[in-house]
Amino acid sequence: MAQSTSVSALIKEKRQKSKRQKLENLVPAFLFAAASVSVLTTVGILLTLIVETAMFFSEVSFREFFTSTEMQPLNRNNPTFSILPLLSATLLSTVIAMFVAIPIGLTTAVYLSEYATESARRVLKPIVEVLAGIPTIVYGFFAFTFVTPVLREIIPILDRTNILSPGIVMGIMIIPMVASLSEDALSSVPNSMREGAMAFGATKFEATVRVVIPAAISGIIASFVLGISRAIGETMIVTIASGSNKNLTFDITQSMQTMTAYIVEVTSGDAGAGTTAYYSLYAVAITLFFFTLAMNMLAKYISKRFREAY
Amino acid sequence: MSQVSVKQNAKVELQPQGEKAEAKKEIVYSTEKVNLWYGKTHALHDIELDQREQEVTAIIGPSGCGKSTYIKTLNRMVEMNPDVKVTGKIYYRGQNIYDRRFPVEELRTRVGMVFQKPNPFPKSVFDNVAYGPKIHGIRDKKLLEQIVEESLKGAAIWDEVKDRLQENAFGLSGGQQQRLCIARCLAVEPDVILMDEPTSALDPKSTLKVEELVQELKAKYSIMIVTHNMQQAARISDRTAFFLNGEVVEFDKTDTIFSNPNDSRTEDYITGRFG
Ligand SMILES: Nc1ncnc2c1ncn2[C@@H]1O[C@H](COP(=O)(O)OP(=O)(O)O)[C@@H](O)[C@H]1O
Ligand SMILES: [Mg+2]
Repeated sequence: MAQSTSVSALIKEKRQKSKRQKLENLVPAFLFAAASVSVLTTVGILLTLIVETAMFFSEVSFREFFTSTEMQPLNRNNPTFSILPLLSATLLSTVIAMFVAIPIGLTTAVYLSEYATESARRVLKPIVEVLAGIPTIVYGFFAFTFVTPVLREIIPILDRTNILSPGIVMGIMIIPMVASLSEDALSSVPNSMREGAMAFGATKFEATVRVVIPAAISGIIASFVLGISRAIGETMIVTIASGSNKNLTFDITQSMQTMTAYIVEVTSGDAGAGTTAYYSLYAVAITLFFFTLAMNMLAKYISKRFREAY
Repeated sequence: MSQVSVKQNAKVELQPQGEKAEAKKEIVYSTEKVNLWYGKTHALHDIELDQREQEVTAIIGPSGCGKSTYIKTLNRMVEMNPDVKVTGKIYYRGQNIYDRRFPVEELRTRVGMVFQKPNPFPKSVFDNVAYGPKIHGIRDKKLLEQIVEESLKGAAIWDEVKDRLQENAFGLSGGQQQRLCIARCLAVEPDVILMDEPTSALDPKSTLKVEELVQELKAKYSIMIVTHNMQQAARISDRTAFFLNGEVVEFDKTDTIFSNPNDSRTEDYITGRFG
């Protein structure tokens, strides 16, 4: 007894004296500093974007940038700046990508969550996830050297660089994202829902379509929106495979330049620092930033707002 | 179509004396020598049990004795588990439902099921009840409204939800959700209702409501109810089967089971000596 009290007293004394307490006090400060890095970076990027964008709009009017249709930033005599051709390219490639990613991704998710046996799932899931780990430059190369030539066999009027092929390949790239997020949403639907539906004489497919998918719809739609966000921000594939034609068009056989690809082109040196073309890069970047931010917030909102509490 | 078969008459003769008046009640379900395995686990042994029209049959027994498994063989929901093997015969209205060509989906529209945990769909109250009629092709809006109202009334929940038909069913209390699930069953006008411990997740007041409901429903439906609450079985059932380790130890009129059981194990169980 006497011994144990002395030991505890000793420990107490040690504790008070030791540096541990001091260190302990430093930990929150250290963690806060680490967390600040990402916050400060974001703020820094945003500030830079805003300042440089302001420079751009001191030279080019809002009206020209958002409503005119000509984009010729490097034209020496009469440079024109319009985001619409870039927007149309981004929009088209995203729509094409989602036409590929949504049906295949959702079907994969339904198969994995509702139909696949345990052993099939164990083999297939990692394969789907490997798709997500392929560097986008490889996808870009794949679009340019494989998909485009194949498509040109089928559609002879297809340009050598066009928006269709990178759109499709972007869709393939996004499949794992849609599939895995949708699969999470589907598998979190409790079994009692499936049982409830099938106890009514619903076939498995009817139960899936009428009960399980509707019950998981918020997660599924959130996966689509995140996929869209990913497509909007995707850079490498379109830079390689869709060329740099800045035409306002909805003809998917033509070469078009997305917002991201434009930024790549301008930063890789065609425009000297301080020129209007150089500043236009920030105006495009901030537009892009708002689009992806809006999509991410929409996805968050959907999955929060429509979350089903089982 | 007359459902009385020679086989069923033979069964009736096996019943104890003094039941002549009730012998007329048709047998809806008749289980013959049913064995069931989950993989290597032998969960049901030689089950023999009958369910009569407009009667409540209670299944009692300790946890893990095969009550849920048995009741799920009756609508073949047990097959949702992988690796299940069933032998023996279960006749529903004279047809062996384990016949390979037997239309399971059709069976399940005739035999409703209420689960232990209320499992409404994440849809509105209205859509929950209209779900069954809809998947069977009823589209007419007026008719659906009528079915929904009648079913909710039948499940004694109409007054509580009539002003919130478009609200999500998850907003209802547990007891209301369970009665909604019963209403959902009634909407397809079933012949039999199977209930697997329908009140075990409910508070005493809701339990009482569901019990009263079962009493009312038996005028129109045949009901089989699993319960681990012996008082409940005594209160609401006409016949009781006592299950133990996957076997039917005793199956008789509820009065007999509770006042004068044949088997000492039944007596031990109902007097609370185990389970
Ligand atoms: N899906 C399953 N897979 C394997 N064994 C199961 C499964 N479901 C139930 N069992 C086993 O079958 C027996 C009966 O279970 P169950 O019918 O759920 O009992 P009760 O409903 O009477 O509590 C138990 O021993 C249980 O472990
Ligand atoms: Mg059970």
